[in-house]
Amino acid sequence: MKIFVCIKQVPDTETKIKVAADGASIDSTSVKWVMNPYDEYAVEEAVKLREANAGAQVFVMTVGPKKRAGEVLRTAIAMGADEGVLIDSPENIEPFVTAQALAAAIKTEGGASLILTGKLAIDDNASSVGQMVAELLGIPHSTVVSKIQYTAEHITAERDIEGGAKEISQMTNPALIGANKGLNMPRYASLPGIMKAKKKVLKELDLAGLGVAAAGKTKVLSLELPADKPPAKLLQGDSSAQSAELVKLLRDEAKVL
Amino acid sequence: MAKILVFVEHSNGKIKRSAFELLTAAKKSGATVTSVAVGAGSDTLSAELSKYGSSECLFVKSADFNLYNPELFTGALADVIKKTGANIVLASASGLGKDLFPRVAARLGAGIISDATELSINGEDVVVKKPVYSGKAFAKMGFEPSAIKIVLMRANQLPIAEAAGSTQSTEFSPSQVGLKTLIKEVVKGTSEKLDLTEANIIVSGGRGLKDAANFKLVTDLADVLGATAGASRAIVDAGWVSHGMQVGQTGKTVAPSLYIAIGISGAIQHLAGMSGSKVIVAINNDPNAPIFQKATYGIVGDAFEVVPKLIEEFKKVLHH
Repeated sequence: MKIFVCIKQVPDTETKIKVAADGASIDSTSVKWVMNPYDEYAVEEAVKLREANAGAQVFVMTVGPKKRAGEVLRTAIAMGADEGVLIDSPENIEPFVTAQALAAAIKTEGGASLILTGKLAIDDNASSVGQMVAELLGIPHSTVVSKIQYTAEHITAERDIEGGAKEISQMTNPALIGANKGLNMPRYASLPGIMKAKKKVLKELDLAGLGVAAAGKTKVLSLELPADKPPAKLLQGDSSAQSAELVKLLRDEAKVL
Repeated sequence: MAKILVFVEHSNGKIKRSAFELLTAAKKSGATVTSVAVGAGSDTLSAELSKYGSSECLFVKSADFNLYNPELFTGALADVIKKTGANIVLASASGLGKDLFPRVAARLGAGIISDATELSINGEDVVVKKPVYSGKAFAKMGFEPSAIKIVLMRANQLPIAEAAGSTQSTEFSPSQVGLKTLIKEVVKGTSEKLDLTEANIIVSGGRGLKDAANFKLVTDLADVLGATAGASRAIVDAGWVSHGMQVGQTGKTVAPSLYIAIGISGAIQHLAGMSGSKVIVAINNDPNAPIFQKATYGIVGDAFEVVPKLIEEFKKVLHH
Protein backbone atom coordinates (compact mmCIF):
# COMPACT_ATOMS: atom_id res chain seq x y z
CA MET A 1 0.00 0.00 0.00
CA LYS A 2 1.45 3.29 -1.18
CA ILE A 3 -0.03 6.43 0.34
CA PHE A 4 0.86 9.82 -1.15
CA VAL A 5 0.28 12.96 0.88
CA CYS A 6 0.38 16.27 -1.01
CA ILE A 7 1.32 19.11 1.33
CA LYS A 8 2.19 22.80 1.06
CA GLN A 9 4.43 25.17 2.92
CA VAL A 10 2.54 28.37 3.76
CA PRO A 11 3.25 31.51 5.81
CA ASP A 12 2.31 31.01 9.45
CA THR A 13 -1.07 32.59 10.26
CA GLU A 14 0.62 34.89 12.78
CA THR A 15 3.07 36.22 10.17
CA LYS A 16 2.57 39.86 9.27
CA ILE A 17 1.95 40.09 5.53
CA LYS A 18 3.85 42.76 3.57
CA VAL A 19 3.47 43.39 -0.15
CA ALA A 20 6.65 42.93 -2.20
CA ALA A 21 8.05 45.54 -4.60
CA ASP A 22 6.27 43.92 -7.57
CA GLY A 23 2.94 44.79 -5.93
CA ALA A 24 1.54 41.34 -6.69
CA SER A 25 3.21 39.00 -4.21
CA ILE A 26 4.27 38.97 -0.58
CA ASP A 27 7.61 40.08 0.75
CA SER A 28 8.89 36.76 2.08
CA THR A 29 11.99 38.05 3.88
CA SER A 30 10.60 37.79 7.40
CA VAL A 31 7.98 35.12 6.78
CA LYS A 32 7.87 32.12 9.09
CA TRP A 33 6.97 29.08 6.97
CA VAL A 34 4.86 26.23 8.35
CA MET A 35 2.91 23.24 7.11
CA ASN A 36 -0.55 24.22 5.88
CA PRO A 37 -2.81 23.39 8.89
CA TYR A 38 -5.19 21.12 6.91
CA ASP A 39 -2.24 19.15 5.53
CA GLU A 40 -1.36 18.15 9.10
CA TYR A 41 -4.62 16.18 9.23
CA ALA A 42 -3.69 14.52 5.91
CA VAL A 43 -0.22 13.52 7.14
CA GLU A 44 -1.59 12.20 10.44
CA GLU A 45 -4.23 10.08 8.68
CA ALA A 46 -1.59 8.62 6.35
CA VAL A 47 0.69 7.73 9.24
CA LYS A 48 -2.20 6.13 11.12
CA LEU A 49 -3.08 4.02 8.07
CA ARG A 50 0.55 3.00 7.69
CA GLU A 51 0.62 1.92 11.33
CA ALA A 52 -2.53 -0.18 10.77
CA ASN A 53 -1.37 -1.74 7.49
CA ALA A 54 1.90 -3.68 7.60
CA GLY A 55 4.14 -2.94 4.64
CA ALA A 56 2.41 0.34 3.80
CA GLN A 57 4.55 3.35 2.87
CA VAL A 58 3.85 7.07 3.18
CA PHE A 59 5.30 9.42 0.55
CA VAL A 60 4.96 13.14 1.22
CA MET A 61 5.20 15.51 -1.75
CA THR A 62 5.30 19.23 -2.12
CA VAL A 63 5.63 21.71 -4.96
CA GLY A 64 7.55 24.87 -4.09
CA PRO A 65 10.87 26.69 -4.30
CA LYS A 66 13.69 24.31 -3.46
CA LYS A 67 15.41 26.86 -1.23
CA ARG A 68 12.67 26.64 1.40
CA ALA A 69 10.02 24.00 0.64
CA GLY A 70 12.04 20.91 1.67
CA GLU A 71 11.53 21.88 5.29
CA VAL A 72 7.83 21.06 5.19
CA LEU A 73 8.64 17.54 3.98
CA ARG A 74 11.02 17.09 6.91
CA THR A 75 8.24 18.18 9.28
CA ALA A 76 6.01 15.46 7.81
CA ILE A 77 8.80 12.87 7.99
CA ALA A 78 9.32 13.81 11.63
CA MET A 79 5.62 13.05 12.16
CA GLY A 80 6.15 9.59 10.67
CA ALA A 81 6.11 9.80 6.86
CA ASP A 82 8.66 7.54 5.14
CA GLU A 83 9.83 9.34 2.00
CA GLY A 84 9.82 12.94 0.77
CA VAL A 85 9.57 14.19 -2.81
CA LEU A 86 10.40 17.85 -3.45
CA ILE A 87 9.22 19.33 -6.73
CA ASP A 88 11.08 22.57 -7.36
CA SER A 89 8.96 25.40 -8.78
CA PRO A 90 8.93 29.20 -8.93
CA GLU A 91 7.01 31.11 -6.22
CA ASN A 92 3.25 31.64 -6.65
CA ILE A 93 2.34 29.17 -9.35
CA GLU A 94 -1.38 28.52 -9.79
CA PRO A 95 -3.19 25.45 -8.44
CA PHE A 96 -3.54 23.77 -11.85
CA VAL A 97 0.24 23.93 -12.40
CA THR A 98 0.82 22.44 -8.93
CA ALA A 99 -1.76 19.74 -9.65
CA GLN A 100 -0.16 18.80 -12.97
CA ALA A 101 3.24 18.48 -11.28
CA LEU A 102 1.85 16.35 -8.43
CA ALA A 103 -0.10 14.08 -10.77
CA ALA A 104 2.95 13.57 -13.00
CA ALA A 105 5.19 12.88 -10.00
CA ILE A 106 2.74 10.34 -8.53
CA LYS A 107 2.78 8.51 -11.87
CA THR A 108 6.60 8.68 -11.97
CA GLU A 109 6.73 7.16 -8.49
CA GLY A 110 4.60 4.21 -9.59
CA GLY A 111 1.08 5.33 -8.69
CA ALA A 112 -0.83 5.51 -5.42
CA SER A 113 -3.17 3.29 -3.42
CA LEU A 114 -4.53 6.42 -1.75
CA ILE A 115 -3.83 10.15 -1.96
CA LEU A 116 -4.42 12.52 0.94
CA THR A 117 -4.18 16.30 1.05
CA GLY A 118 -5.63 19.22 3.02
CA LYS A 119 -9.01 20.58 1.92
CA LEU A 120 -7.42 23.96 1.15
CA ALA A 121 -4.21 25.91 1.62
CA ILE A 122 -4.53 29.00 3.78
CA ASP A 123 -2.28 31.15 1.57
CA ASP A 124 -4.00 31.27 -1.85
CA ASN A 125 -7.24 29.88 -0.41
CA ALA A 126 -8.06 28.13 -3.69
CA SER A 127 -9.24 24.70 -2.46
CA SER A 128 -8.53 23.31 -5.92
CA VAL A 129 -5.35 21.23 -6.11
CA GLY A 130 -6.77 17.96 -4.71
CA GLN A 131 -9.74 17.79 -7.08
CA MET A 132 -7.48 18.67 -10.00
CA VAL A 133 -4.97 15.93 -9.14
CA ALA A 134 -7.86 13.44 -8.96
CA GLU A 135 -9.12 14.58 -12.36
CA LEU A 136 -5.69 14.35 -13.96
CA LEU A 137 -5.23 10.83 -12.61
CA GLY A 138 -8.81 9.80 -13.46
CA ILE A 139 -9.60 8.77 -9.89
CA PRO A 140 -12.53 9.67 -7.61
CA HIS A 141 -12.23 12.30 -4.89
CA SER A 142 -13.97 13.64 -1.82
CA THR A 143 -12.98 16.84 -0.02
CA VAL A 144 -13.77 18.42 3.36
CA VAL A 145 -13.59 14.92 4.81
CA SER A 146 -13.74 14.32 8.56
CA LYS A 147 -13.85 10.51 8.60
CA ILE A 148 -12.57 7.73 6.36
CA GLN A 149 -12.70 3.97 6.34
CA TYR A 150 -10.19 2.22 4.10
CA THR A 151 -10.50 -1.35 2.81
CA ALA A 152 -8.57 -3.16 0.08
CA GLU A 153 -11.12 -2.19 -2.58
CA HIS A 154 -12.95 0.85 -1.35
CA ILE A 155 -12.64 3.95 0.72
CA THR A 156 -15.67 5.39 2.49
CA ALA A 157 -15.53 9.10 3.26
CA GLU A 158 -17.71 11.44 5.32
CA ARG A 159 -17.75 14.87 3.75
CA ASP A 160 -18.88 17.86 5.86
CA ILE A 161 -21.38 20.07 4.06
CA GLU A 162 -23.55 23.06 4.96
CA GLY A 163 -25.80 23.01 8.01
CA GLY A 164 -23.80 20.32 9.81
CA ALA A 165 -24.91 17.68 7.27
CA LYS A 166 -22.62 14.95 5.92
CA GLU A 167 -22.39 13.32 2.50
CA ILE A 168 -21.17 9.75 2.77
CA SER A 169 -19.59 8.30 -0.34
CA GLN A 170 -17.90 5.06 -1.25
CA MET A 171 -15.12 5.29 -3.80
CA THR A 172 -13.22 2.59 -5.64
CA ASN A 173 -9.49 2.72 -4.83
CA PRO A 174 -7.36 4.60 -5.50
CA ALA A 175 -9.09 7.83 -4.46
CA LEU A 176 -8.08 11.29 -3.30
CA ILE A 177 -9.22 12.64 0.07
CA GLY A 178 -9.16 16.34 1.06
CA ALA A 179 -8.84 16.43 4.85
CA ASN A 180 -10.94 18.66 7.10
CA LYS A 181 -10.45 19.43 10.76
CA GLY A 182 -12.01 16.63 12.79
CA LEU A 183 -10.41 13.81 10.77
CA ASN A 184 -7.93 13.20 13.62
CA MET A 185 -5.65 14.96 16.08
CA PRO A 186 -2.28 15.53 14.36
CA ARG A 187 0.61 14.29 16.50
CA TYR A 188 3.65 16.29 17.46
CA ALA A 189 6.92 15.17 15.94
CA SER A 190 8.94 12.92 18.25
CA LEU A 191 12.60 13.64 18.97
CA PRO A 192 13.79 10.48 17.13
CA GLY A 193 11.46 11.48 14.31
CA ILE A 194 13.07 14.91 14.09
CA MET A 195 16.56 13.34 14.05
CA LYS A 196 15.52 10.92 11.30
CA ALA A 197 13.95 13.73 9.26
CA LYS A 198 17.11 15.85 9.46
CA LYS A 199 19.19 13.11 7.85
CA LYS A 200 16.61 12.07 5.28
CA VAL A 201 17.63 12.46 1.64
CA LEU A 202 14.72 13.97 -0.26
CA LYS A 203 14.02 13.02 -3.83
CA GLU A 204 14.20 16.12 -6.02
CA LEU A 205 12.19 16.75 -9.16
CA ASP A 206 11.28 19.92 -11.03
CA LEU A 207 8.47 21.22 -13.23
CA ALA A 208 10.42 21.01 -16.49
CA GLY A 209 11.54 17.45 -15.77
CA LEU A 210 7.89 16.49 -15.22
CA GLY A 211 6.87 18.20 -18.46
CA VAL A 212 4.82 20.89 -16.75
CA ALA A 213 4.82 24.57 -17.82
CA ALA A 214 4.89 27.13 -14.99
CA ALA A 215 2.51 29.56 -16.75
CA GLY A 216 -1.14 29.24 -15.75
CA LYS A 217 -4.54 30.47 -16.87
CA THR A 218 -4.95 33.00 -14.05
CA LYS A 219 -2.69 35.70 -12.68
CA VAL A 220 -2.48 37.94 -9.64
CA LEU A 221 -2.68 41.52 -10.89
CA SER A 222 -2.05 43.14 -7.53
CA LEU A 223 -2.02 42.37 -3.85
CA GLU A 224 -3.57 44.80 -1.39
CA LEU A 225 -3.67 44.97 2.37
CA PRO A 226 -7.10 45.63 3.87
CA ALA A 227 -7.88 49.29 4.50
CA ASP A 228 -7.50 50.36 8.12
CA LYS A 229 -10.84 50.14 9.84
CA PRO A 230 -12.01 53.21 11.71
CA PRO A 231 -11.83 52.47 15.44
CA ALA A 232 -14.86 50.72 16.94
CA LYS A 233 -17.55 52.97 18.33
CA LEU A 234 -17.57 52.01 22.01
CA LEU A 235 -20.99 52.36 23.58
CA GLN A 236 -21.17 54.05 26.96
CA GLY A 237 -23.40 53.85 30.01
CA ASP A 238 -24.81 50.85 31.88
CA SER A 239 -25.82 47.67 30.07
CA SER A 240 -29.37 48.93 29.45
CA ALA A 241 -28.12 52.14 27.84
CA GLN A 242 -25.48 50.27 25.83
CA SER A 243 -28.03 47.76 24.54
CA ALA A 244 -30.58 50.40 23.57
CA GLU A 245 -27.91 52.45 21.82
CA LEU A 246 -26.57 49.44 19.92
CA VAL A 247 -29.98 48.43 18.59
CA LYS A 248 -30.62 52.04 17.52
CA LEU A 249 -27.27 52.23 15.69
CA LEU A 250 -27.77 48.88 13.96
CA ARG A 251 -31.18 49.99 12.75
CA ASP A 252 -30.61 53.65 11.90
CA GLU A 253 -26.89 54.04 11.17
CA ALA A 254 -25.68 50.64 9.93
CA LYS A 255 -29.14 49.71 8.58
CA VAL A 256 -28.61 46.00 9.01
CA LEU A 257 -31.83 45.11 10.85
CA MET B 1 -19.43 38.82 -27.06
CA ALA B 2 -19.24 37.07 -23.77
CA LYS B 3 -21.50 34.12 -23.13
CA ILE B 4 -22.02 33.60 -19.43
CA LEU B 5 -23.23 30.39 -17.85
CA VAL B 6 -24.55 30.60 -14.27
CA PHE B 7 -24.71 27.41 -12.20
CA VAL B 8 -27.88 27.69 -10.13
CA GLU B 9 -27.97 25.97 -6.75
CA HIS B 10 -31.38 25.13 -5.37
CA SER B 11 -32.95 22.65 -3.04
CA ASN B 12 -36.00 20.93 -4.54
CA GLY B 13 -36.76 23.97 -6.65
CA LYS B 14 -36.07 26.61 -3.98
CA ILE B 15 -33.35 28.77 -5.53
CA LYS B 16 -30.50 29.98 -3.32
CA ARG B 17 -30.03 33.74 -3.10
CA SER B 18 -26.47 33.41 -4.41
CA ALA B 19 -27.84 32.39 -7.84
CA PHE B 20 -29.72 35.69 -8.14
CA GLU B 21 -26.55 37.56 -7.18
CA LEU B 22 -24.62 35.81 -9.96
CA LEU B 23 -27.37 36.38 -12.54
CA THR B 24 -27.54 40.07 -11.65
CA ALA B 25 -23.79 40.52 -12.11
CA ALA B 26 -23.82 38.54 -15.35
CA LYS B 27 -26.75 40.42 -16.85
CA LYS B 28 -25.34 43.82 -15.87
CA SER B 29 -22.28 43.11 -18.04
CA GLY B 30 -24.47 43.00 -21.15
CA ALA B 31 -23.66 39.37 -21.91
CA THR B 32 -26.07 36.62 -22.91
CA VAL B 33 -26.83 34.74 -19.70
CA THR B 34 -27.77 31.07 -19.60
CA SER B 35 -28.59 29.21 -16.38
CA VAL B 36 -27.97 25.58 -15.63
CA ALA B 37 -29.51 23.60 -12.78
CA VAL B 38 -29.63 19.91 -11.95
CA GLY B 39 -31.69 17.51 -9.85
CA ALA B 40 -35.31 17.36 -8.67
CA GLY B 41 -37.17 20.60 -9.32
CA SER B 42 -34.59 21.92 -11.81
CA ASP B 43 -37.27 21.93 -14.54
CA THR B 44 -39.37 24.45 -12.62
CA LEU B 45 -36.87 27.27 -12.16
CA SER B 46 -36.84 29.20 -15.44
CA ALA B 47 -39.69 31.60 -14.61
CA GLU B 48 -38.00 32.83 -11.44
CA LEU B 49 -34.54 32.93 -13.02
CA SER B 50 -35.86 34.94 -15.96
CA LYS B 51 -36.71 37.81 -13.59
CA TYR B 52 -32.99 38.29 -12.99
CA GLY B 53 -31.95 38.25 -16.63
CA SER B 54 -31.54 34.56 -17.42
CA SER B 55 -32.43 34.00 -21.08
CA GLU B 56 -32.62 30.22 -20.87
CA CYS B 57 -32.46 27.57 -18.18
CA LEU B 58 -30.87 24.25 -19.06
CA PHE B 59 -31.93 21.54 -16.65
CA VAL B 60 -30.87 17.98 -15.93
CA LYS B 61 -33.71 16.42 -13.98
CA SER B 62 -32.50 12.81 -13.84
CA ALA B 63 -32.88 11.51 -10.28
CA ASP B 64 -29.17 10.61 -10.37
CA PHE B 65 -28.54 14.31 -9.84
CA ASN B 66 -30.55 14.62 -6.63
CA LEU B 67 -27.41 13.94 -4.61
CA TYR B 68 -24.03 15.50 -5.35
CA ASN B 69 -21.60 13.06 -6.95
CA PRO B 70 -18.34 14.79 -7.99
CA GLU B 71 -17.65 12.55 -11.01
CA LEU B 72 -21.23 12.66 -12.32
CA PHE B 73 -21.51 16.44 -11.90
CA THR B 74 -18.09 17.08 -13.44
CA GLY B 75 -19.10 15.25 -16.61
CA ALA B 76 -22.43 17.09 -16.84
CA LEU B 77 -21.01 20.57 -16.21
CA ALA B 78 -18.13 20.07 -18.63
CA ASP B 79 -20.70 18.97 -21.24
CA VAL B 80 -22.94 21.97 -20.61
CA ILE B 81 -20.06 24.42 -20.82
CA LYS B 82 -18.91 22.90 -24.11
CA LYS B 83 -22.43 22.76 -25.54
CA THR B 84 -23.29 26.38 -24.69
CA GLY B 85 -19.87 27.66 -25.74
CA ALA B 86 -19.80 29.71 -22.52
CA ASN B 87 -16.53 31.55 -22.01
CA ILE B 88 -17.41 32.76 -18.52
CA VAL B 89 -18.88 30.47 -15.86
CA LEU B 90 -20.17 31.80 -12.54
CA ALA B 91 -21.01 29.63 -9.56
CA SER B 92 -21.26 29.96 -5.81
CA ALA B 93 -18.20 29.29 -3.62
CA SER B 94 -20.41 26.88 -1.67
CA GLY B 95 -19.35 23.47 -0.41
CA LEU B 96 -20.56 21.98 -3.68
CA GLY B 97 -19.14 24.72 -5.92
CA LYS B 98 -15.69 24.57 -4.34
CA ASP B 99 -15.55 20.78 -4.64
CA LEU B 100 -16.93 20.53 -8.17
CA PHE B 101 -15.56 23.35 -10.29
CA PRO B 102 -11.80 22.86 -9.80
CA ARG B 103 -12.31 19.38 -11.27
CA VAL B 104 -14.39 20.82 -14.13
CA ALA B 105 -11.64 23.40 -14.74
CA ALA B 106 -8.98 20.68 -14.87
CA ARG B 107 -11.05 18.68 -17.36
CA LEU B 108 -11.56 21.66 -19.68
CA GLY B 109 -8.18 23.32 -19.14
CA ALA B 110 -10.12 26.36 -17.91
CA GLY B 111 -8.89 29.04 -15.50
CA ILE B 112 -10.59 29.10 -12.11
CA ILE B 113 -10.61 31.59 -9.24
CA SER B 114 -12.32 30.47 -6.07
CA ASP B 115 -13.78 32.39 -3.12
CA ALA B 116 -14.11 35.77 -4.85
CA THR B 117 -15.62 38.68 -2.95
CA GLU B 118 -15.72 41.20 -5.82
CA LEU B 119 -16.41 40.64 -9.48
CA SER B 120 -16.21 42.89 -12.51
CA ILE B 121 -17.02 41.74 -16.02
CA ASN B 122 -16.19 43.97 -19.00
CA GLY B 123 -16.96 42.21 -22.24
CA GLU B 124 -14.87 39.07 -21.99
CA ASP B 125 -12.52 40.53 -19.43
CA VAL B 126 -13.07 39.30 -15.87
CA VAL B 127 -11.35 40.74 -12.81
CA VAL B 128 -12.04 39.49 -9.29
CA LYS B 129 -10.86 40.24 -5.80
CA LYS B 130 -10.43 37.49 -3.23
CA PRO B 131 -9.06 37.23 0.30
CA VAL B 132 -5.70 35.45 0.60
CA TYR B 133 -3.29 34.77 3.49
CA SER B 134 -6.11 34.15 5.98
CA GLY B 135 -7.84 37.41 5.08
CA LYS B 136 -4.72 39.49 5.76
CA ALA B 137 -4.50 40.56 2.12
CA PHE B 138 -6.68 40.76 -0.98
CA ALA B 139 -5.54 39.60 -4.40
CA LYS B 140 -6.90 41.26 -7.51
CA MET B 141 -6.82 38.53 -10.14
CA GLY B 142 -7.43 38.18 -13.85
CA PHE B 143 -7.39 35.46 -16.48
CA GLU B 144 -5.45 34.72 -19.65
CA PRO B 145 -7.70 36.23 -22.36
CA SER B 146 -8.22 33.00 -24.31
CA ALA B 147 -9.15 30.87 -21.30
CA ILE B 148 -12.61 29.75 -20.23
CA LYS B 149 -12.98 31.74 -17.02
CA ILE B 150 -14.63 30.15 -13.99
CA VAL B 151 -15.34 32.31 -10.93
CA LEU B 152 -16.68 30.98 -7.63
CA MET B 153 -18.24 33.85 -5.68
CA ARG B 154 -18.84 33.96 -1.98
CA ALA B 155 -22.50 34.43 -1.04
CA ASN B 156 -23.86 37.81 0.11
CA GLN B 157 -21.23 39.86 -1.76
CA LEU B 158 -23.19 41.10 -4.78
CA PRO B 159 -26.44 43.05 -5.09
CA ILE B 160 -29.60 41.60 -6.58
CA ALA B 161 -31.56 43.48 -9.23
CA GLU B 162 -34.37 42.37 -11.46
CA ALA B 163 -33.73 42.44 -15.21
CA ALA B 164 -35.57 41.23 -18.29
CA GLY B 165 -34.96 37.62 -19.31
CA SER B 166 -36.76 34.72 -20.87
CA THR B 167 -38.56 31.75 -19.35
CA GLN B 168 -37.22 29.27 -21.88
CA SER B 169 -36.47 25.95 -20.22
CA THR B 170 -34.60 23.18 -22.02
CA GLU B 171 -33.81 19.69 -20.84
CA PHE B 172 -30.18 18.68 -21.17
CA SER B 173 -28.94 15.10 -21.21
CA PRO B 174 -25.28 14.80 -20.34
CA SER B 175 -23.30 11.93 -21.81
CA GLN B 176 -23.11 8.77 -19.70
CA VAL B 177 -20.00 8.34 -17.59
CA GLY B 178 -18.61 5.38 -15.67
CA LEU B 179 -18.60 6.20 -11.96
CA LYS B 180 -16.17 5.10 -9.28
CA THR B 181 -18.06 7.05 -6.63
CA LEU B 182 -21.27 5.87 -5.01
CA ILE B 183 -23.09 8.37 -2.80
CA LYS B 184 -24.42 6.22 0.00
CA GLU B 185 -26.38 8.71 2.04
CA VAL B 186 -26.67 12.28 3.19
CA VAL B 187 -26.96 12.58 6.95
CA LYS B 188 -28.98 15.66 7.79
CA GLY B 189 -27.58 18.27 10.14
CA THR B 190 -29.36 19.19 13.33
CA SER B 191 -29.91 22.80 12.36
CA GLU B 192 -32.77 24.01 10.20
CA LYS B 193 -31.20 27.47 10.06
CA LEU B 194 -29.26 28.86 7.11
CA ASP B 195 -25.68 27.66 7.05
CA LEU B 196 -23.07 30.03 8.50
CA THR B 197 -21.64 30.60 5.01
CA GLU B 198 -25.02 31.80 3.71
CA ALA B 199 -26.38 33.55 6.82
CA ASN B 200 -27.13 37.26 6.75
CA ILE B 201 -26.80 37.58 10.53
CA ILE B 202 -24.51 35.52 12.75
CA VAL B 203 -24.24 35.50 16.54
CA SER B 204 -21.07 33.78 17.76
CA GLY B 205 -19.90 32.84 21.22
CA GLY B 206 -16.46 32.20 22.70
CA ARG B 207 -14.62 31.28 25.84
CA GLY B 208 -15.88 34.40 27.61
CA LEU B 209 -19.14 32.51 28.13
CA LYS B 210 -17.27 30.43 30.73
CA ASP B 211 -19.45 27.30 30.49
CA ALA B 212 -21.15 25.21 27.77
CA ALA B 213 -24.58 25.81 29.34
CA ASN B 214 -24.16 29.57 28.84
CA PHE B 215 -24.02 29.12 25.05
CA LYS B 216 -27.81 29.38 25.35
CA LEU B 217 -27.29 33.17 25.51
CA VAL B 218 -25.92 32.98 21.96
CA THR B 219 -28.70 30.78 20.59
CA ASP B 220 -31.38 32.88 22.34
CA LEU B 221 -30.06 36.06 20.75
CA ALA B 222 -29.71 34.27 17.39
CA ASP B 223 -33.34 33.09 17.59
CA VAL B 224 -34.60 36.63 18.20
CA LEU B 225 -32.66 37.89 15.18
CA GLY B 226 -33.39 34.90 12.91
CA ALA B 227 -29.62 34.49 12.89
CA THR B 228 -27.33 31.46 12.68
CA ALA B 229 -25.20 30.66 15.74
CA GLY B 230 -21.42 30.35 15.39
CA ALA B 231 -18.52 29.67 17.70
CA SER B 232 -14.83 30.29 18.27
CA ARG B 233 -12.30 27.48 17.97
CA ALA B 234 -11.72 27.45 21.73
CA ILE B 235 -15.24 26.31 22.57
CA VAL B 236 -15.39 23.86 19.65
CA ASP B 237 -12.17 22.23 20.88
CA ALA B 238 -13.61 22.24 24.41
CA GLY B 239 -16.56 20.25 23.05
CA TRP B 240 -19.30 22.79 23.87
CA VAL B 241 -20.56 22.87 20.28
CA SER B 242 -19.91 20.96 17.05
CA HIS B 243 -17.13 21.75 14.57
CA GLY B 244 -19.72 22.71 11.95
CA MET B 245 -20.29 25.88 13.99
CA GLN B 246 -16.66 27.00 14.07
CA VAL B 247 -15.89 30.34 12.44
CA GLY B 248 -12.31 31.06 11.40
CA GLN B 249 -9.28 29.22 10.13
CA THR B 250 -9.92 25.44 10.29
CA GLY B 251 -13.61 26.40 10.48
CA LYS B 252 -15.87 28.41 8.23
CA THR B 253 -15.26 31.71 6.49
CA VAL B 254 -18.31 33.91 6.77
CA ALA B 255 -19.41 37.28 5.44
CA PRO B 256 -22.79 38.24 6.88
CA SER B 257 -24.26 41.75 7.03
CA LEU B 258 -24.10 41.60 10.81
CA TYR B 259 -21.72 39.56 12.97
CA ILE B 260 -22.14 39.69 16.73
CA ALA B 261 -19.19 38.27 18.71
CA ILE B 262 -19.94 37.49 22.35
CA GLY B 263 -17.06 36.68 24.67
CA ILE B 264 -14.68 36.15 21.74
CA SER B 265 -11.26 37.71 22.18
CA GLY B 266 -10.49 37.68 18.45
CA ALA B 267 -7.44 35.50 17.84
CA ILE B 268 -6.06 36.05 14.35
CA GLN B 269 -7.41 32.64 13.30
CA HIS B 270 -10.93 33.76 14.23
CA LEU B 271 -10.57 37.16 12.57
CA ALA B 272 -9.46 35.38 9.37
CA GLY B 273 -12.91 33.82 9.13
CA MET B 274 -15.15 36.78 9.84
CA SER B 275 -13.40 40.06 9.06
CA GLY B 276 -15.30 40.22 5.74
CA SER B 277 -18.55 40.84 7.68
CA LYS B 278 -20.14 44.20 6.87
CA VAL B 279 -20.93 45.23 10.45
CA ILE B 280 -19.21 43.66 13.43
CA VAL B 281 -20.40 44.00 17.02
CA ALA B 282 -18.06 42.92 19.81
CA ILE B 283 -19.23 42.29 23.36
CA ASN B 284 -16.33 41.52 25.67
CA ASN B 285 -15.28 42.45 29.20
CA ASP B 286 -11.65 42.99 28.17
CA PRO B 287 -11.24 46.41 26.53
CA ASN B 288 -7.91 45.26 25.06
CA ALA B 289 -9.36 42.22 23.27
CA PRO B 290 -8.20 42.23 19.61
CA ILE B 291 -11.80 41.75 18.44
CA PHE B 292 -12.42 45.47 19.15
CA GLN B 293 -9.88 46.37 16.44
CA LYS B 294 -12.14 44.76 13.83
CA ALA B 295 -15.44 45.82 15.39
CA THR B 296 -17.79 48.51 14.09
CA TYR B 297 -19.52 48.80 17.47
CA GLY B 298 -18.16 47.61 20.78
CA ILE B 299 -19.61 47.04 24.21
CA VAL B 300 -17.04 46.61 26.96
CA GLY B 301 -19.04 44.76 29.56
CA ASP B 302 -20.28 41.55 31.08
CA ALA B 303 -21.97 39.39 28.44
CA PHE B 304 -24.22 37.84 31.09
CA GLU B 305 -25.62 41.26 31.84
CA VAL B 306 -25.57 42.78 28.35
CA VAL B 307 -26.96 39.96 26.20
CA PRO B 308 -30.30 39.53 28.06
CA LYS B 309 -30.83 43.30 27.85
CA LEU B 310 -29.94 43.20 24.17
CA ILE B 311 -32.48 40.42 23.57
CA GLU B 312 -35.18 42.62 25.15
CA GLU B 313 -34.20 45.62 23.03
CA PHE B 314 -34.18 43.62 19.79
CA LYS B 315 -37.60 42.16 20.65
CA LYS B 316 -39.00 45.68 21.06
CA VAL B 317 -37.72 46.75 17.66
CA LEU B 318 -38.29 43.60 15.64
CA HIS B 319 -41.56 42.15 16.90
CA HIS B 320 -44.34 44.62 16.51
